[in-house]
Amino acid sequence: MTLAIDVRGLNKSFGDKHVVQDVSLQVEEGRICGFLGPNGSGKTTTLRMLCGLLTPDSGEGTALGLDIITQANLIKRRAGYMTQKFSLYEDLSLEENLQFSARVHGLDHRKDRVDAALERLGLIERRSQLAGSLSGGWKQRLALATATLHEPKLLLLDEPTAGVDPKARRTFWDEIHALSAEGLTVLVSTHYMDEAERCHEIAYIAYGKLIARGTADQVIADTQLVTFNGEGPGIDRLAAEIAKRDGVEMAAPFGQSLHVSGTERAALEAAIAPYRREPFRWTQVEPSLEDVFIRLMDQSEDNFR
Amino acid sequence: MNGFSPTRVFAVMVKEFKQLTRDRVTYAMMLGLPVVQLLLFGYAINSEPRHLPTALLVQEDSVFARSITSALHNSAYFDLVAHARSPAELDEMVRRGDVQFAITVPGDFTRRVARGDKAQILIEVDAADPSATGAAVAALAALPNQALVNDLKGALRNRAGNPAPFEVVVHRRYNPEAITSYNIVPGLLGVILSMTLVMMTALSVTREAERGTMESLLATPVEPLEVMVGKLAPYVVVGVVQTLIILLLARFLFDVPMLGGWVGLTLGISLFIVGSLALGFLMSTLARSQLQAMQMSVFYILPSILLSGFMFPFRGMPAWAQAIGEVVPVTHFLRVVRGALLKGQGVEDMWRELLALVAFVCVVTALAMARYRRTLD
Repeated sequence: MTLAIDVRGLNKSFGDKHVVQDVSLQVEEGRICGFLGPNGSGKTTTLRMLCGLLTPDSGEGTALGLDIITQANLIKRRAGYMTQKFSLYEDLSLEENLQFSARVHGLDHRKDRVDAALERLGLIERRSQLAGSLSGGWKQRLALATATLHEPKLLLLDEPTAGVDPKARRTFWDEIHALSAEGLTVLVSTHYMDEAERCHEIAYIAYGKLIARGTADQVIADTQLVTFNGEGPGIDRLAAEIAKRDGVEMAAPFGQSLHVSGTERAALEAAIAPYRREPFRWTQVEPSLEDVFIRLMDQSEDNFR
Repeated sequence: MNGFSPTRVFAVMVKEFKQLTRDRVTYAMMLGLPVVQLLLFGYAINSEPRHLPTALLVQEDSVFARSITSALHNSAYFDLVAHARSPAELDEMVRRGDVQFAITVPGDFTRRVARGDKAQILIEVDAADPSATGAAVAALAALPNQALVNDLKGALRNRAGNPAPFEVVVHRRYNPEAITSYNIVPGLLGVILSMTLVMMTALSVTREAERGTMESLLATPVEPLEVMVGKLAPYVVVGVVQTLIILLLARFLFDVPMLGGWVGLTLGISLFIVGSLALGFLMSTLARSQLQAMQMSVFYILPSILLSGFMFPFRGMPAWAQAIGEVVPVTHFLRVVRGALLKGQGVEDMWRELLALVAFVCVVTALAMARYRRTLD
């Protein structure tokens, strides 16, 4: 097993804000690792440190076997990075953006590669259209094509699908899986739980600290969360009331149903006992990744304060 | 319902004020700029320069020659900075621009004054910039009647008064008809190049930062010097085209004389274009927004126009302002362009100015490279 990313004890502060604290992360080659966490938790900073855009204050490690501090320039040649904000040239055409990337990376057979990328995107007819005129979903796919044009071994994606419609997101993820199948390692940050579930494994970061790590199932099992699903007319309106009861750590309405979770089964059962009546029906369910994350978020918030 | 609502006007006004005060640099610029500029230019600019450097060639050692020397000295327009030993040396001083005036007191001066035989002193004026010398030349009219007043006694008393004991022959060189455009048009080359090139490139990096494309660019293997050279190259072409247009118009529309000095001129123009672009690039690495970059370039361009000798005579400024002017690259560029076109100066005459431009390019490039961040830290 070879590690594409292997960093230990990364720290980064901006002013007096300690944005990333002692983050250690290992990702095996060829895996898709989802990088999750609330806004402002240090995901973007960590990604930027991995691809040489930021220098860590302390910590060490390698990406693709290259030292992230001393060999950042070599990493830049072998890694692809897609920024959170669209950062291609809006006043250049699709083709010109791809050509620029190809030239900057000193690629051979530039024209063929650019054509192939446009073909793969299905944008060959719109090649001379300006990138700024693309819709959100297409922009992201173009950005992905640009970030992967030089056939990187490691792909770092910073919330690549924020604000993109579900169909475009699916297409995007199909492309990521196709790339991964070719041996590419992907570290992708996201807020979407369905996307987290599409990853081989996930890493959860909050307030600059890595607090959960593993496959989706492992992360769910590790929190030892018990969740009951209540159904019945009007049950969603009871969320605030139930959430206040002892033993309930959270209660979240999902349309017509209500997810009530806690770590201690007995206390939780006691808490929902008064509501075990008509017209409500309760069943124990597997906690969803979202339940787990919100629980992790609340927990880390408590630790932080 | 709609109409004009003072509340809504107030809402917009308050928001605008808050945003204005958030941008500290703009705020400081808006308040600081008028003060700095007023003090700087108010004291520095003087359109009637005095104490102009003057060289003297005295071909006879006599009382009269010394009197003329001291009369010139007392006039406050002339500062005697050099004594030439030969006409050739004197000529060289004017051509190189070391002095504005060259005064020759001929060898037979005393004899001719004594005999009342059309005694003359020759004053050669570097009239490339007519506005620099006008007042001084006018002051010369009084010289013949006053300079020798104390010397013409006894037997020579009848030489004083009318007609004057000698005459001053003024020989305007380089721009004998005192046509202002001969001086202004070549100067405009420097100002136009500064304005367009510095501003254009000042926006180039800040634009990338503002649009967010900088992050992608930094994530590629491209090196700082590669970015700089690549970004500046297209503007070099712009600068060359502008230069050609200005020179052609100067020649055919304004009849500006072009006496030669093409090697020095080409060197000077190339250095100046590259230096201006590099300066713009440096500004763009310092500015945090395109607006700030624009303000910085304005801050640079004003002294380039006012303190460089473009608009007002360089030698008319007080010493401290001349010292600032020497730091402004346009000053040296103007000397190169005017020297080459109006005086036909060769590289050997303007090497100091060219060297100053080389220093400008090197310093600015080094600073830009030091400032350019290859990370987002």
